[in-house]
Amino acid sequence: MKRSLAVDLGGIELPTPVMIASGCAGTGRELSGLVDLRKVGGVVSRTITIEPEKGAPTPRVAESPAGVVWATGLQNPGIDAFVADELPRLARSNGRVIVSIAGGTLEEYVRLTGALQGRTEVSAIEVYLSGTDRELGRSVLGAHVDRAAEVAGAVARMSLVPVFAKLPMHVADLPEIAHAVVRAGVSGLTIGGPPPALDVQPEHLRPGLGGVTGWLSGPALLPMTLRAVFDVARAVPDTPVIAVGGIRSGGDAVEAFLAGAWAVQVGTATLIDPAAPVSVAQGIVEYMKAKGLASPADVRARLRVPASFGAVAQEQAEPR
Amino acid sequence: MTRVRAEVLSTRKLGAYHSLTLVAPEIAEKARPGQFLAVKMPEGREFLLRRHFAVHQASRRGGWAGTLEFVVDPRGPGSEWLASAKAHEFLEVIGPLGTAFAYPKRHTNCLLVAEGHGAAPLYFLAQELLARHKRVDMIVGAEDMDRVFKPIEGKRLSQTIAIVTADGSLGERGSVIDVLAEMVEGTSTEVLYAAAPSPTLARIAAFCAERAIPAQVAVEERMACGLGLCQTCVVPVARKDGSGYDLLRSCVDGPVFNPARVVWDRWISDAPTMLPTPPEGLPVVRSWPG
Repeated sequence: MKRSLAVDLGGIELPTPVMIASGCAGTGRELSGLVDLRKVGGVVSRTITIEPEKGAPTPRVAESPAGVVWATGLQNPGIDAFVADELPRLARSNGRVIVSIAGGTLEEYVRLTGALQGRTEVSAIEVYLSGTDRELGRSVLGAHVDRAAEVAGAVARMSLVPVFAKLPMHVADLPEIAHAVVRAGVSGLTIGGPPPALDVQPEHLRPGLGGVTGWLSGPALLPMTLRAVFDVARAVPDTPVIAVGGIRSGGDAVEAFLAGAWAVQVGTATLIDPAAPVSVAQGIVEYMKAKGLASPADVRARLRVPASFGAVAQEQAEPR
Repeated sequence: MTRVRAEVLSTRKLGAYHSLTLVAPEIAEKARPGQFLAVKMPEGREFLLRRHFAVHQASRRGGWAGTLEFVVDPRGPGSEWLASAKAHEFLEVIGPLGTAFAYPKRHTNCLLVAEGHGAAPLYFLAQELLARHKRVDMIVGAEDMDRVFKPIEGKRLSQTIAIVTADGSLGERGSVIDVLAEMVEGTSTEVLYAAAPSPTLARIAAFCAERAIPAQVAVEERMACGLGLCQTCVVPVARKDGSGYDLLRSCVDGPVFNPARVVWDRWISDAPTMLPTPPEGLPVVRSWPG
């Protein structure tokens, strides 16, 4: 049997279903010598905004049980400097670059997409939707069904490469938002953005982060990711879903596949062990060998749940 | 930069600190003073991130050739785990990382100012300066006697040394700042090097700017990866063309910076102000990582 890790995510083909998550791949020169980036399925850039972004005050990181509380405030050089300098370097280190973009208004998302149009280094776009909506004065742009669909749809219609919407995993009606965003035309979904978090340092009566509030990442997230992926994959079964959050081993990735993911992104684990994206792929191969599988797709969404599960879930979802 | 699985050759308790010596010829060969190591934590614990330590000693020749020494201040789960490491255990280490102190070409009189375990990289620097026939003087400060790092080694490496402790248990009572002017004048300092927490470095920077003394400082800021990936350990550094500042990563663009270009007010005033200053007497955690 011919075994293959290759995966087609609605127009972008990756040699392995393991990518480096946004904000964890550096700027194209840091990882050389520590991991062979050609063996990594794809690389998501840090999240890029129109204007250069200085980011959050330090300290920007604190540890929590099996996790990391962090807030970088999307520090980035702005789209023009990114396209001129960082993008070509990222593309030289790994041929499959997915550019993560964030805007505060619809117009900013459109301008960001425009700036990436025709750049051959860009294999796909990931639309970051966890930021503030300045136009409508809301704290999380992607938490609202219509707005998430409006923004992701505008990027998808304009882009010549596949577009993935990265949805925050902590929103109330995630499957509904996923459904709307897919209907608006995106190629796939990245599930999910890190949940909000706070680190407290009792001995100083202070928050652990300079920017006070932050986000939680790391292995502590895995069950939340699995649940979010599971719910979304059942809502949009034919849409490629990329799982991100807490994945650090081949076993974790297989769990995500069983829950319905087509591919995974490895973030915090890459910061600790730069070779993690490669060892996760190796772990998937070992599982495939042990189970006699030809492709990760063979286990996709194959989690065995009782037939009665859907009905029960429906009941639970109903307001009392 | 290399990633190695290194055997712990020996461990030593030095006052409040623990020193670990590793067999890591690939790193020892390349490491220079100011650079640091990223040490992986054990699997299956709830603390995950690598811990970062300045290189205290990298031996290229002699009986200790191929060994590397770093100093741990056990103040949190990761550093306590490392402090309990035994000889013949293995650690996964990436290094050498970051920028190194540059050696002066024209000048000869060097003053090295260290607070706490900031002395670890500066003793390594002192050796390299002595090998280049420079004059080395030192100020070594700490909270108390136990936290004055290797005072005898400091005396051996320097022409003159001022030791200061906050509680007066060793040397003079006070901080490194209190003796700075006296030492600079007494030793005709031409170049100053420092490794300390940022509030101390800010005061040293102001002092050096006032007296036009060229200086280099090794900063301490919390890091997640230490490899340049995560953008957490940033320090505001003025652009050369005067058009503002950039937040540079202290792991790849530092940890050694020219203090005249660090925008200290921006860095330190950005500290959280949600609550009033903590009451007197609470411990001040000076070093990351724990």
